[in-house]
Amino acid sequence: MTPPAVEARALTRRFGAFTAVDAITFDVAPGEVFGFLGANGAGKTTAMRMLTGLLAPTSGGARVAGFDVARAADQVKRSIGYMSQRFSLYEDLTVRENVGLYGRVYGLRGREIADRLARLLDRLGFAHLAGERVGRLPLGWKQKLALSVALLHEPRVVFLDEPTGGVDPVTRRQFWELIYEAAAGGTTVFVTTHYMDEAEYCDRVSIMVDGRIAALGTPAELTARFDVASMDELFVRLARPGPGAA
Amino acid sequence: MTPRASADRAAGPGPGSGHGSGALSAFLRKEARHLLRDRRTLAILLLMPLVQVLLFGFVVRTEVGRIRLAVVEPAPDVATRALRHRLAAAGRFDVVAVLRSDRALPRLFASGRAQQAVVFPAGFADRLAGGEPAPVLIVTDATDPNTGSVMRAHATTVVRRYEQELRARRPATGDPPGRSPGGAAVLAETRMRFNPTLASAHLFVPGLVAFVLTIVSALMASVSLTREKETGTMEVLLVSPLRPWQIVVGKVLPYLALGFANVLTVLLAARVVFGVPVRGSVALLLAECLLFIATSLALGVLIATRTSSQRVALTASLMGLMMPTLMLSGFIFPLESLPAPLRALSAVVPARWFLLVVRGIMLKGVGIGHLWDETLVLAGMTALLLGVSARRLDVRLPGGR
Amino acid sequence: MGAAPGARGEWLARTRARLGASLRVVLALARKEVVQIVRDRATLVQLVVIPVVQLLVLANAASFEVRGARVFVVDEAPSPASRALVARFAGSGYFRVVGWAPSAAPADEALLDRRASVILRVPRGFDEALAVGDGPARVQLVVDAEDGAAAAVVQAYAAQVLAAYGAGAAASKAGGAAAPAATPRIEVRARGWYNPALDYHVYMVPGILVSLVTIVGTLVAAQSIAREREIGTIEQLNVTPVGKYEFIAGKLLPFWLLAMAELAVGLAIAHLVFDVPVRGSLALVFGAAALYLVAALGVGLLVSTTAETQQQAQFVSFFVLVVYLLMSGLFTPVDSMPRWAQWLAELNPVKHFVGVMRAVLVKGAGAAEVARPVAVLAAYAAVVCTLAVRRYRKTTA
Repeated sequence: MTPPAVEARALTRRFGAFTAVDAITFDVAPGEVFGFLGANGAGKTTAMRMLTGLLAPTSGGARVAGFDVARAADQVKRSIGYMSQRFSLYEDLTVRENVGLYGRVYGLRGREIADRLARLLDRLGFAHLAGERVGRLPLGWKQKLALSVALLHEPRVVFLDEPTGGVDPVTRRQFWELIYEAAAGGTTVFVTTHYMDEAEYCDRVSIMVDGRIAALGTPAELTARFDVASMDELFVRLARPGPGAA
Repeated sequence: MTPRASADRAAGPGPGSGHGSGALSAFLRKEARHLLRDRRTLAILLLMPLVQVLLFGFVVRTEVGRIRLAVVEPAPDVATRALRHRLAAAGRFDVVAVLRSDRALPRLFASGRAQQAVVFPAGFADRLAGGEPAPVLIVTDATDPNTGSVMRAHATTVVRRYEQELRARRPATGDPPGRSPGGAAVLAETRMRFNPTLASAHLFVPGLVAFVLTIVSALMASVSLTREKETGTMEVLLVSPLRPWQIVVGKVLPYLALGFANVLTVLLAARVVFGVPVRGSVALLLAECLLFIATSLALGVLIATRTSSQRVALTASLMGLMMPTLMLSGFIFPLESLPAPLRALSAVVPARWFLLVVRGIMLKGVGIGHLWDETLVLAGMTALLLGVSARRLDVRLPGGR
Repeated sequence: MGAAPGARGEWLARTRARLGASLRVVLALARKEVVQIVRDRATLVQLVVIPVVQLLVLANAASFEVRGARVFVVDEAPSPASRALVARFAGSGYFRVVGWAPSAAPADEALLDRRASVILRVPRGFDEALAVGDGPARVQLVVDAEDGAAAAVVQAYAAQVLAAYGAGAAASKAGGAAAPAATPRIEVRARGWYNPALDYHVYMVPGILVSLVTIVGTLVAAQSIAREREIGTIEQLNVTPVGKYEFIAGKLLPFWLLAMAELAVGLAIAHLVFDVPVRGSLALVFGAAALYLVAALGVGLLVSTTAETQQQAQFVSFFVLVVYLLMSGLFTPVDSMPRWAQWLAELNPVKHFVGVMRAVLVKGAGAAEVARPVAVLAAYAAVVCTLAVRRYRKTTA
C-alpha cells in the first residue's frame, strides 16, 4: 500500500490560551482531491500553515510527501506547491518573469522552464500575455496563473488556500478543471474553501469546527450519514456557532 | 463650492455645523487612537528628539580637543627641549612621538596617529643665541580646514610666547621694552555676544527643534494622509458627511499635539542637561513654534495631495525636507558660508526663517519687534501652502492618484 | 567522511553542485529585485536622481567658511590709524563694513537686528597707544555668537587681519632702525599638508558621498523586505526551498551593486567637479567600500526584520542612520567628541569607512595605514549579516 501523501497525527496548535487546531488526525491518499472545509476561524488556515512548514506545531506531528514537517521541512518544501490566500505572485513582474523566478527557485533549468512555460501558456490560453505584467490581469486569470505556477515544478502535493475567492462561477469551473487535470497526473490536491458547492467536487472532504474535525469522508457518505440534502446543509448543521467559534 | 465657503457653512453657528462637528470629533478620536496604537512609531517619535538633543549636545561640535603632536628634534638642545616642554605643558597637545628625523612623518599623518608636527633644525639654540633667524616648521594636517587653522594657531601661539619669553630675559638695548620687530602691535579683546562660551548646545537647540518638528509634522502628516488613500479608506471618508477640510484637520491635529509635545521635551532637556536659556518670552517662543508646526503640517498636506503612495510621501518628505533643513537652514553650517545660489534657495526653506526666530528669542532675548519680518514670512508660507492644497482637495478623489 | 579519495571527491562534487544550485537561486532572486526596482519609477528616482542632485547641492553647502561678514565700526576717535585699520578690514575679503558710528548704541541695534554680525570698536586713544608702542594697542570685537561655529571662524579671520595690520604698522615704525644684535628671532614656517588651499570640499565631499550612498542603500534595503511582507509575497517564498541565506543574499546583491555603482559615479563627480584629490589606491577604496556596504545594507535588513510595516522600516532605519551619520566624523571631527563618544564611535562602521576614504583619497594612505579600520568593517559586516539571517525566520515558532 502506498504511503499517504499527507498524514496528520494529533496535530495541535495553541496561541497562548487559545487552541486554534485541536489534535486533528487524518490521511490523504496520493492523487486525491481533498477538500479541507470549515467556517472562518475554524482553524483551516492554521492547519494548512503547519502542513506547509510555515508554522510550527505546538504538539503532535504531520508528514507530507513522506517527510516530517518539523524535522525535514526543507524536503517538504521541495515536494510541495502552494497558493496562498493573498495573491502572491509579483504584480510588477510579467507572467514570463514570475514563471522564470519560481522555476529557478525550485531548481529547474532554463530549457525546462521554457518548455513548461510554453505548455502553461498554451493550456491557459495566455500565449499573448507572456509579456504582460501580472498586476494588469483580471483576478480570475491571476488565480489560474498562480495555480499553474504552484504546479510548475510538478510537486507531489499542492496546497491551495481559498483559491477561488472573489472569482466568477465560469472561471471557478475552469479552475477546477485545472485541479482535476493535476490530480489525474498524480498530484495530490489539498484545498481549503468555504464554498460548499466546491465541496462536491472533491474526492473526500473534512469539516473543521472549533479546531476539531467534525466530519471526514466522501461527500456522498457524509450527506447520507448526516441525513442532509447537500453539503451546504451539512455545513450549517455542523458549524452552528458554539462556544469559542469566531 | 470652494472648501472655504463650505467650511464657513460648516463652521458657522446653526444646525448644519452641529452635525459636522460631531462627525469631526469622532474622526479625531479615531485618528488619535491610530496614533496611540502604533506603539513603535509613537515611541520613536517621542524618543527621537530626546536622543537627538543628547547627541547633538555632546557629540556634534567643532571645538578642537587635544592635538596629537609629533616633535622632530634631529639634535636636541636647551632650546628645543624647552620648547617641547612648553608644548606639552600648554594643555592642548599630546606629544605622541619624539623623532630624530622626519622620515616617519608621512606615515604617522596618514594613519592619523599624528595631527601636527613641530620640526626643529639642528643647532636651534645656537642660532637663537647668535641672533640668526631660527626656523621652526609647523606641519598641520589640513584635511579639515577648520581644525587645521585652529591647530596651526595654537602651535604658533606657543612658539611665539616662547620667543617673547626669550626676549624679555635679554636686557633691553635701546629699545623700549615690549616692542619687537614682527611682534604683535595690535591685540583684540573679543567678546562673544549671546553665547559667551560658544557652547555648541546653544547653537543646535533651535535647529534641532526645527528639525524635529519638520519630521513629526510634515512627514507624519503626509504619510498619514496617503496611508488613508492607499488603503482605500479615504474613499469611504469622502463619501461620509465629513468635508475634505475636516478630514485633513482631523488627520493633522494629532500631529500638531505631538509636535508640540516634542518641542516641550527638547526645550526642557536642553535646559536641564545643557543649561540652554530662553532669554526672551517663552510665550512668544511657543507661539512661533505653533506657527512653524502649522507651516510644516501644510507642507505635509501638500505632499499628500500630490501622491497616493505612502512610500513616495515618506521619501519626498525625507529627501525633500530633511536634507534641506539639515543643510540649508543654518542648522549646522552657517548661512554665511553658503554660496549665493544656495543662499537664495535657502530662502524657500521654512526652517531657515524659523531658526532665526528661535535663536533670536532664546539667545538674544528679542521680542516680536525684531522678528516681525521672519514671522510674516512663515505665516505667508503657511497660507500659500494651505491655499494650494485646498484647491487640490476640492477635487474629490484626484483621478487615480 | 572517508579518507578514500573517491569519497572526498564525491563530497566535493556534491558541495559544488549544491553551491551552484544556491547561486542560481540567488541570481534569480536578485534579478527579480532588479526588475522590480527598475520598473518602479519612485524607487528609481530615490536611488539615482536624488543622490546625484544632493551631492551637487550639498557639497556646496557644507562648509564653515564665512565670507563677507558684516562689520559695524564704532570709531570713538577717528584718526588716520583707525581709518587705516578699518580699511584693512574692508579690503581683507573676509569682511564687509556696513556701518560706522562714533558710539556703541547704533552698533548694538545693528547686531540685534542682524544687520551686522561683528562690531569693531576702536577706543579713544588707539592712535596714541600705537605710536608710543608701550605694549600692544587694543581694540574690541563683539561677535554675534548666536552661531557659535561661524563666530569662531570670524574671530580667527579678524585675528589674521589685525596681525597683518600690526606687522605693517610695526614695520613702518621700525623703518630703518637696525634690529639690535643678538635678539632671539624665531621664524615660524607653517605648512598645511593634504589640503594647503584649505578647500572645504576636500574634507566634506568624501563624507557627503558616503552618507548619500549609505542612506540610499540602507533605507531602500530596509523597506524592501518590509514591503514583501506587507504584500504577502514573502509567504510564497517562505514555502519554497529557498534558504535564509539565499533569500538575504538575493536581496542584498542588487542593492550592493547599485550602491557601489553610485559610489563610483560619485567619486568621479567629486574628482572632476570638486577637485577632490585621489592620492591613494582606488582599489583600496572600493575594497573597503565593498565591506562597508555589506555592513550598511545588513543593518537595513536587520531593521526590516523587526519592522511590521514598510513605513516603520523606513522610519526606524532613518533614525538609526541619522545617529550613525552624526557620530561618524562626517560633519564634525571625531576628535572633537568627548572621550566616551569616541569610544562609541568605534562601533560605528560609517566612522571607519569615512576615515578610510579620507585617509586614502586625501592623504594617500596605503593598506598598512588603514588595516585596522578595514578589519573592523569586515568584522562588522560578518556580525550584522549573521544577525539578520538569524532573525529572519521562515517558520514562525
